[in-house]
Amino acid sequence: MKKSIASLLLGTALAVTAAGASFAQDKTVKIGALSDQSGLYADLGGPGSTLAAQMAVEDSGLAAKGWKIDIISGDHQNKPDIGTAIARQWFDVDKVDIIVDVPNSGVALAVNNIVKEKNGVYINSGAATSDLTNAQCSPNTVHWTYDTYMLAHTTGQALVKAGGDTWFFLTADYAFGAALERDTTAVITANGGKVLGGVKHPLNTPDFSSFLLQAQASKAKIIGLANAGGDTTNTIKQAAEFGIVKGGQKLAALLLFLTDVKAIGLETAQGLNFTETFYWDMNDQTRAFSKRFSARMKNSAPPTMVQAGVYAGVRHYLKALDALGGNPHDGAKIVEKMKSMPTEDDLFGKGEIQPNGRTIHNAYLFEVKKPSESKGPWDFYKLVGTVSGDQAFTPLSESKCALLKK
Amino acid sequence: MQALYAQLLVGLINGSFYALLSLGLAVIFGMLNIINFAHGALYMMGAFVAYFLLNLGGINYWWALLLAPIIVGIFGMILERTMLQWLTGLDHLYGLLLTFGIALIVQGVFQNYFGSSGMPYAIPDQLKGGMNLGFMFLPVYRGWVVIFSLVVCIATWFLIEKTRLGAYLRAATENPTLVRAFGINVPRMITLTYGLGVGLAALAGVLSAPINQVRPLMGADLIIVVFAVVVIGGMGSIMGSIITGFALGVIEGLTKYFYPEASNTVVFVLMVLVLLVKPTGLTGRAA
Repeated sequence: MKKSIASLLLGTALAVTAAGASFAQDKTVKIGALSDQSGLYADLGGPGSTLAAQMAVEDSGLAAKGWKIDIISGDHQNKPDIGTAIARQWFDVDKVDIIVDVPNSGVALAVNNIVKEKNGVYINSGAATSDLTNAQCSPNTVHWTYDTYMLAHTTGQALVKAGGDTWFFLTADYAFGAALERDTTAVITANGGKVLGGVKHPLNTPDFSSFLLQAQASKAKIIGLANAGGDTTNTIKQAAEFGIVKGGQKLAALLLFLTDVKAIGLETAQGLNFTETFYWDMNDQTRAFSKRFSARMKNSAPPTMVQAGVYAGVRHYLKALDALGGNPHDGAKIVEKMKSMPTEDDLFGKGEIQPNGRTIHNAYLFEVKKPSESKGPWDFYKLVGTVSGDQAFTPLSESKCALLKK
Repeated sequence: MQALYAQLLVGLINGSFYALLSLGLAVIFGMLNIINFAHGALYMMGAFVAYFLLNLGGINYWWALLLAPIIVGIFGMILERTMLQWLTGLDHLYGLLLTFGIALIVQGVFQNYFGSSGMPYAIPDQLKGGMNLGFMFLPVYRGWVVIFSLVVCIATWFLIEKTRLGAYLRAATENPTLVRAFGINVPRMITLTYGLGVGLAALAGVLSAPINQVRPLMGADLIIVVFAVVVIGGMGSIMGSIITGFALGVIEGLTKYFYPEASNTVVFVLMVLVLLVKPTGLTGRAA
């Protein structure tokens, strides 16, 4: 009996030390890149985001320090139920530590809840809704790259100030469109403008002519496109066909990605004004990264801002883990560490993560080049202006995030 | 009221695509008894062939209208000869699964090389611009699509319902053995018919290239609606599919005006209603 108690105690002691040791030296990480892998957002996120995460791991140099970092990817097909099912499986079965990317605000908000429940880490780059760091903020979430508040306060504000005081919205009928319309409407009314009306269209609509006719009939000076990806490219292309811009109305592409411009073609897209936080051709660092990136992409595309955000986010996450000396597998703790360190990388420059999870960095106003100005297959943008991060993103005083009311 | 006219016209334009695609499906189903799920992928291939012809060969839109259906039609005939012909007499499910698999493979291959956002294809110079109809600005190209597809639809209907060739074809569906006894090469006729149905899909693809993006999933997005159109019109009915195609385009257009949120479900609601009241479809004959 005595012997068995002694061995039991010894066993417990061994187990405790083993657990302690594994805590200090656990250098395994599993990253899940969750995206739309084949639908209308696949080119702006998708496989390119997985590649970006892969490159971040390689560039971090952690492998040389004894870390073992795996990446898996999943296709949420723009459906919140599929997205949450994958997220649950990743945390419960595959022991994933962190989920990155997740374009489509509807899916992004659903996954946000799962990550919080499972105490994982969530670096969202692809989704736009500003709710991720506002009403629905979470201690486990960092929102990189951009959001609807930023889009409204850059592109939206610039257009209203330039005299575009009456608006008509074409809005994608889900969480993202609603958030973008809401945030832009706030900017328009605050600057003395007026919203004359709007249409909510289903996600992934091939034909916009009915909606464009309604926008035309509204006589609004600006037609605000609160949609994204394939929906935006179809709208812009068909608006040209229906002579909307020639008729004196202006299109506000509130959210436009590099791959969208490629799909529309410079002939039709030229002159469009919009905002992004990353463009491959900004400086030597972004060009060097993009060269390495496109060499590994199947269609040789340079990174979009969403993919760049995945890279930068994963880099920062790994920096935080390195500083912690091991992976505590405690999402909230890691995110807290990430917030305590200033962000700095080749793609977004210097910045910070606010207590509500919002990453702050510069935003850039661009104009699409004329076909004659473009010198290469992806040479599309002219830099028109730079908005500093504190001007572009939600000020903490306006944020409704519960984490701020401590 | 003016807005309503405009929506009716816009609906008619979308209806042209539904009509062309459902017509091809109806021809294939009526003559081969195959539920051709690869139709959307073949439609996409039509648009891509037009894109390649223009960007690699410098061959313009007008030639593409002729060449793309032929090229894709030949691809279809190869499919029929090598795979589909072995399914004659088997349950519909086999054809459906095989063609669905083909569609997934074709789309996957295109997506692998061209991504998902697609490529631009410009409207031909002759059809650029638009005219003011008083109640709306009608792009010339859209007007062209309506007229051209109407002509093609009627010509196809005429070919199958009113010519001697069409009579052979219909007879071969009823009783292939007897028709063979009259010295007609039935398998070759079947292959050509499949090629015709596929060619119609490719033609619709070329027509839509300047309006939509040339994208690998352009067909997958459309094909489900088109199947609903065929079901509503009555499987295998040529005229039924043409009329339902245009009519549903108009109904969808009106929904976009009165209640846009429902615009991509209205077709399916109608399908359910029709199936409840008249399971054979509006013009279908009882099997």
